Amino acid sequence: MTNLSPANEPSIVAEAEAEQVARDRAGRKPLSGWRMLLPTMTPWLAVGLVLVGAITLFGIFGPYLVGDPRQIRDIGLTPPSGDFLLGTTQTGQDVLAQLAYATRGSLQIGILVGVLATALSAFFGIYGAYRGGFADEAFSLLSNVFLVIPGLPLVIVISGFVPRESRGLWTIAVVLAVTSWAASARVLRAQTLSVRNRDYVAASKVSGEKPWRVIVVEILPNLLPVIASQFVFAVIAAILGEAGLSFIGLGASNSATLGTMLFYAQNGFALSLGAWWWFVPPGLVIALFGMGLSLINFSIDEIINPKLKNLRQHRRRARKAARLERELARASRRSRPRAQETDAARDVEAAKEVSAR
Amino acid sequence: MTTTLLDDKKKAARGGRTEPVLTVDDLTVVYEVERPVTAVKNASLTLHRGEILGLAGESGCGKTTLAYAVNRLHRPPARIASGSITFHDRDGSDIDVLALEDASLRAFRWDKLSMVFQGAMNALNPVTTVRAQLRDTLLAHRPRTPRAEVRRRSEEVLTRVGVDPRRLGSYAHELSGGMRQRVMIAMAMLLEPQIMIMDEPTTALDVVVQRDILREIVRLRDELDFAVVFITHDLPLLLEISDRIAVMLEGEIVELDTSERLYREARHPYTRKLLGSFPSLSGERGGFIRSGFDDFAATVDGTDAATTEEDRA
Amino acid sequence: MTRVHVSDLVKDYSLRSGLRRSRLRAVDHVSLDLVPGRTVALVGESGSGKSTIAKILTRMEKPTSGVVDVRLDDDTPVQGSLYRRQVQMVFQDPFASLNPFHSIEHHIARPLRIHQRTHSPQETHERVLEMLERVNLTPAEDIASRRPHELSGGQRQRVAIARALAPGAQVLIADEPVSMLDVSIRLGVLNLLGRLQREDRLAVLYITHDLATARHFSDEIVVLYRGRVVERGPADAVILDPHHDYTKLLAMAAPDPERVDRVTLTQDGTDRGAIDNSVCFDHFAGEWQEAGVPAARARGEAAARGAS
Repeated sequence: MTNLSPANEPSIVAEAEAEQVARDRAGRKPLSGWRMLLPTMTPWLAVGLVLVGAITLFGIFGPYLVGDPRQIRDIGLTPPSGDFLLGTTQTGQDVLAQLAYATRGSLQIGILVGVLATALSAFFGIYGAYRGGFADEAFSLLSNVFLVIPGLPLVIVISGFVPRESRGLWTIAVVLAVTSWAASARVLRAQTLSVRNRDYVAASKVSGEKPWRVIVVEILPNLLPVIASQFVFAVIAAILGEAGLSFIGLGASNSATLGTMLFYAQNGFALSLGAWWWFVPPGLVIALFGMGLSLINFSIDEIINPKLKNLRQHRRRARKAARLERELARASRRSRPRAQETDAARDVEAAKEVSAR
Repeated sequence: MTTTLLDDKKKAARGGRTEPVLTVDDLTVVYEVERPVTAVKNASLTLHRGEILGLAGESGCGKTTLAYAVNRLHRPPARIASGSITFHDRDGSDIDVLALEDASLRAFRWDKLSMVFQGAMNALNPVTTVRAQLRDTLLAHRPRTPRAEVRRRSEEVLTRVGVDPRRLGSYAHELSGGMRQRVMIAMAMLLEPQIMIMDEPTTALDVVVQRDILREIVRLRDELDFAVVFITHDLPLLLEISDRIAVMLEGEIVELDTSERLYREARHPYTRKLLGSFPSLSGERGGFIRSGFDDFAATVDGTDAATTEEDRA
Repeated sequence: MTRVHVSDLVKDYSLRSGLRRSRLRAVDHVSLDLVPGRTVALVGESGSGKSTIAKILTRMEKPTSGVVDVRLDDDTPVQGSLYRRQVQMVFQDPFASLNPFHSIEHHIARPLRIHQRTHSPQETHERVLEMLERVNLTPAEDIASRRPHELSGGQRQRVAIARALAPGAQVLIADEPVSMLDVSIRLGVLNLLGRLQREDRLAVLYITHDLATARHFSDEIVVLYRGRVVERGPADAVILDPHHDYTKLLAMAAPDPERVDRVTLTQDGTDRGAIDNSVCFDHFAGEWQEAGVPAARARGEAAARGAS
């Protein structure tokens, strides 16, 4: 009878909360819908924001503060020192300077691809699902086709096919975007299909709203958290994908990214020569940036699924209630000696009950 | 006229019998949120054997919380702050429901007291047959039941609720809403409980189907003599099927009386208001104002009927 | 003033299961008239086609055949954006019909802006407050700035009513407007609808499964069973003197404390196998007609089938 869980828990808690919200905001300027879209601040979100913010700032301003990353000196492979904070490469180039430019390059690729892939998935996912019928079938087929094409091999083939001279930043970005939008489009399509059938969309159609306004004003805001989450993932995937491409020598020819740094480190036998300062910093930047974005994404997930948000709070309340009830039971047992079970058994049971929730 | 319930003889018999099966005394349930909410306040009631007790009230009045607490199904942050719940078994022994531990609590549920949830018809497992679900329920509580007995019992309960036993092989999606609800009721009575708690069992159903199920419940009660706690917001429905009705308002039982007296001479203003909210089908129009070219239109416009007390929030 | 004449409305849905295609006739030759100042109740169980009719009337669905003729007093047909303005709907679920993202003001301001009822933000705002006050939501300023989850079900439904009236609706389709509300506030919302109807002389189609409110709230009742009209007539006549088996069944199934001694519980009268939806009793004409056929033919053959 596991399926008989009472899903319709009395809603009095929710009601009490709504009342509290109403009371708290009485007499204050109301919050707009946008406020609802912002995640609540948690330690994890703070860590994520700090990581992403620091790396972004480094990518934007770093290149102005360091010297020329290409300048060759005759002091190959010096470990970090006062002159060169992150040491030098085999040809005596400043690793810190390279890292600053490479971070900027990777961020550019990441954001470019993020925007392109999100736009593509939003168009194919939302518009198709909203129109329904033939458009939906066609878009759906298209995204399914793109979904089953193995991404990285295709990217390698396309990048290999484009001559090296014309393989610029944009080419790589477009290639990465084209191979990565399909999964998000499926998710957005599913979400749109559910939002599209809500009564408020029907109501705005009945009142004569134009189709594009229905999509942009009524449907889109309710999809924003999902889109934001998709965007963040697209950025992570793009940075990793570009790093992978560059690492195997198929990256953009005219730009320096974290991947190309790793590529040169690999070619310069940095690992076997023990020059950790050459390959650890770019790797670490990629890892930390990915981690930061993921942490932000978890907070976005809480907006998409408010149940996650209340989980922590709920556990705390549940523990409190269980404790109070236990105390009450203990008190009543003292007054009524006929109850024979031990306190320990009762505690175990209560603990089980709490952990089962 | 296959069933003749509620004829005078039986009515008299029930009226004369006051053997209690469940006593709830001074029960208080609190939700431990930032500002604790008392969902049920000092509720006391006695359920008699074979009685249908209606529990009426609107959303958020605590009627579901009360039912859950009686079943010990309430989950934190809800907690029972005070009071006692005693179950009087058929053999004369008393069970303190609040003191039940894990295993004995599980045995108590379904065996002595079962529950049909709101929207229960969607609680059937979609991937197994009705037969498997009935069998699982039975074996979970009576592990060593022989196979033939399981089959016999399953067929029996389905027949009792008016579902063709051939439906045992069906999956939930092959049954209509009314059928699924009947299967859920069959499942609840599988272990012949002495009390069945039904939380809005017919709200999602059409009136005609609802009527069929109500009739089934009343008939089963007469045959098997279990007590029913019937929770709903639909007071006219309760007036028809229940022996006594408790009206809840903001966690308190504000009135508890026989259906007859509740209908004829309700004491609490809230009860009267609830009664007035349901226009009578065949009687006068009550608080209703007919639109259109009605001579009412001119006279009632002054009484701004739209301002009810709902703007509590 | 706008009147609606619906004649011989048919709506088929094609069902696909595997390779087989079949047709489901959700609405079968339904005709009805909506007249300013009068309420027609459309009664039936779920799946009887009531909501499909609402969708066709609000132009969310196209009928397979049949005509929805909407005309102004001077006989000019109502088309295009004017139709959107004049025919409005109140939905069943007040928790789903307001966009959780937007403020209450947005919901009422949009229809005003779309149909150019107001011309400046200031004017729009004033109109919104006016509309909220009309549906008894006060203080309007405060309510306007709230978002749907901060209102109770009854308040939301009033917002939905205000939204429907905002563009200047003349025809209101109310699809079970109170079935999701708490019982003690249903009466209030229905009476509000009634008051607004009298003030604006609206033509109202009240869709419901609740016979009692249908009887008291409307002037005329149309009973729908499996897509066909099986009985129609003045509200009191249909409820107190039902002719068709299905109407009788509905009337019997509805809880009614007035009824003596709970007799209905003892009857096994709900066998629906025998119910015939090919005939319709018309209380206005006082005769049986054929259901599920074009209106003209139904009237012609009425005499022949009268006895059945």
